[in-house]
Amino acid sequence: MVDTAIALDQRVGRLSKFSKWFRSDLRGAISLTFLVALIVISALAPWVSPYSPTAQDFDATLAPMSLTHWLGADDLGRDTLSRLIYGGTASLYASFLAVGMAIVIGVPVGLLAGYLGGWVDEIISRVIDSFLSFPAIVLAIAVTGALGIGLTNGMISVGIVFAPQLARLVRARTLVVRNDLYVDSARCFGASTSRILWRHVLPNTIQPVIVQVTLLLAGALLAEASLSFLGLGIQPPNASWGAMLARAYQNMEIAPEQMYPPGLAILLTALAFNALGESLRVALDPTMKGR
Amino acid sequence: MSLSRKRNLIVRRLLQAVPVILLSTFIVFGLLKLVPGDVAVTLAGDNASDARIAEIRHIYGLDRSFFVQYGSWLWKAVHGDLSNSLVSSESVLSSIARCFPHTLLIVALAMLMALIIGIPLGIAAASRQGSWIDNFVMTVASLGVAIPNFWLGMLLVAFFALSLNWLPATGAVPISEDFWGAISHAILPACALAAGGVAEVARQLRSSLVEIMSSQQVRTLHAKGLSPSAILWRHGLKNVSVNLLTVISLLFNRMLAATVVVEAVFAVPGMGNLIVNAAIHRDFPVVQGVVFAMVLVVVTLNLVTDILYSILDPRIG
Repeated sequence: MVDTAIALDQRVGRLSKFSKWFRSDLRGAISLTFLVALIVISALAPWVSPYSPTAQDFDATLAPMSLTHWLGADDLGRDTLSRLIYGGTASLYASFLAVGMAIVIGVPVGLLAGYLGGWVDEIISRVIDSFLSFPAIVLAIAVTGALGIGLTNGMISVGIVFAPQLARLVRARTLVVRNDLYVDSARCFGASTSRILWRHVLPNTIQPVIVQVTLLLAGALLAEASLSFLGLGIQPPNASWGAMLARAYQNMEIAPEQMYPPGLAILLTALAFNALGESLRVALDPTMKGR
Repeated sequence: MSLSRKRNLIVRRLLQAVPVILLSTFIVFGLLKLVPGDVAVTLAGDNASDARIAEIRHIYGLDRSFFVQYGSWLWKAVHGDLSNSLVSSESVLSSIARCFPHTLLIVALAMLMALIIGIPLGIAAASRQGSWIDNFVMTVASLGVAIPNFWLGMLLVAFFALSLNWLPATGAVPISEDFWGAISHAILPACALAAGGVAEVARQLRSSLVEIMSSQQVRTLHAKGLSPSAILWRHGLKNVSVNLLTVISLLFNRMLAATVVVEAVFAVPGMGNLIVNAAIHRDFPVVQGVVFAMVLVVVTLNLVTDILYSILDPRIG
């Protein structure tokens, strides 16, 4: 009874903290609202998009904006707004997949390197250095060349490329935390290494990770757009913002306005992820409080 | 610091780079392990003859153990033999030699633009913190980071090449044949590439200047009665110039990656084009060769930066 009351109290406390942050940080609030709206629209794509993303209307090939096709149509007469909505689903799915992959690889590796230290750390750090000396998208292209073309393969490779960045961050943070008193005392009580890492070290490395993950989402979005633009990501007839741009570019001389919707969508979403990341950095950093 | 200590430092940096280079080449070769199924059959593609499959088996020495394969691949690579394209059977090294100058020209121009535009913006923002200039620069910087550079490239083509007809839209000319032709073809791709660079330079410069300007050292200079502009120009920038080196080497890595996509927009026959086509056709030796070359360039550049850094900054050593 008392426990639930405390939990409820904590939750209310968090909620009021959140609403305070939401009101005080205009940029962060706008970004978060935009992203939430985008995710909701993407999740509801089949219900909110006016047409099927692959339905062809041959009377409307490269049509300009109109009441029937709000954002016009592409060279195959497919409604641009519908493809933009479905493309958003693909682009967001791809970004979350890549960053999820980076978290799954990068965080444990960084924790182990930082906590164990010694030769394990030495080896892992050199591997991280080596991965970081690859130009990111080039390595991703090479991995797609090996695994085969496709959105999922492409994003797995982006995840592999991003993982070392997270690993380095977590490692640095773990190095600081591992000698803290609470970790020492957990060790004295005979907690296992995995328990110490999971219960004591990880929670204390999580804040910079959250910030970095938000920034990486923007990077993953741009990487997906690049790979799909190059034809190495999503395959036709499926839509993603990058693939739409590739299509629009081929028809630029006839219908230049077709390249604005997907480009603006990428730009605004990347801006929102970056801005949210910066806001989180300020909000989560205890040394920045009250500034 | 004595000269011999500097030399020791440089030697130590060189030695530290060896494992990184070895590991990177190992990763490049290890990509082969990601190829699903029987590597030779997959790479040979559909309807391949048995002779073709045997040829690929031979190129990679697939019947031997992985480390022997890696060793012999590395040995040949170090001697400039990156084997031949599976599609055109042109030697990978000569493809790279043909494509790399185009990429390098674009990256070099973009870097120049990023520094020429980014440095004044960063200084202006830092010297008037919180003013409209600062806000403007930071807004431009966040746009520059978030804009997909290939989309910017498309917009540049639409405006400067198709509407105004000022510059050629696509293609490239070797700089050895026609200097001004090469530059005029490289300007638009370089602009597309430079946006992120301008943002990065301005941001980094601003934040390190702001940090220095609020340091104890600068407070002392204020107390001594030195004017703010003298502090900024004489003391602030001197301290920041070292950081700029790091930014440049970081940017080079990023631009090398970004140019891959920008080259596709401008149909530049550079490294990006080479690797993208190779990836689409599963021309694996070319993919490995391009990655190998790029990593080598990046690692070398990082090394040079590191060494310069330790020579320029008296605190390191």
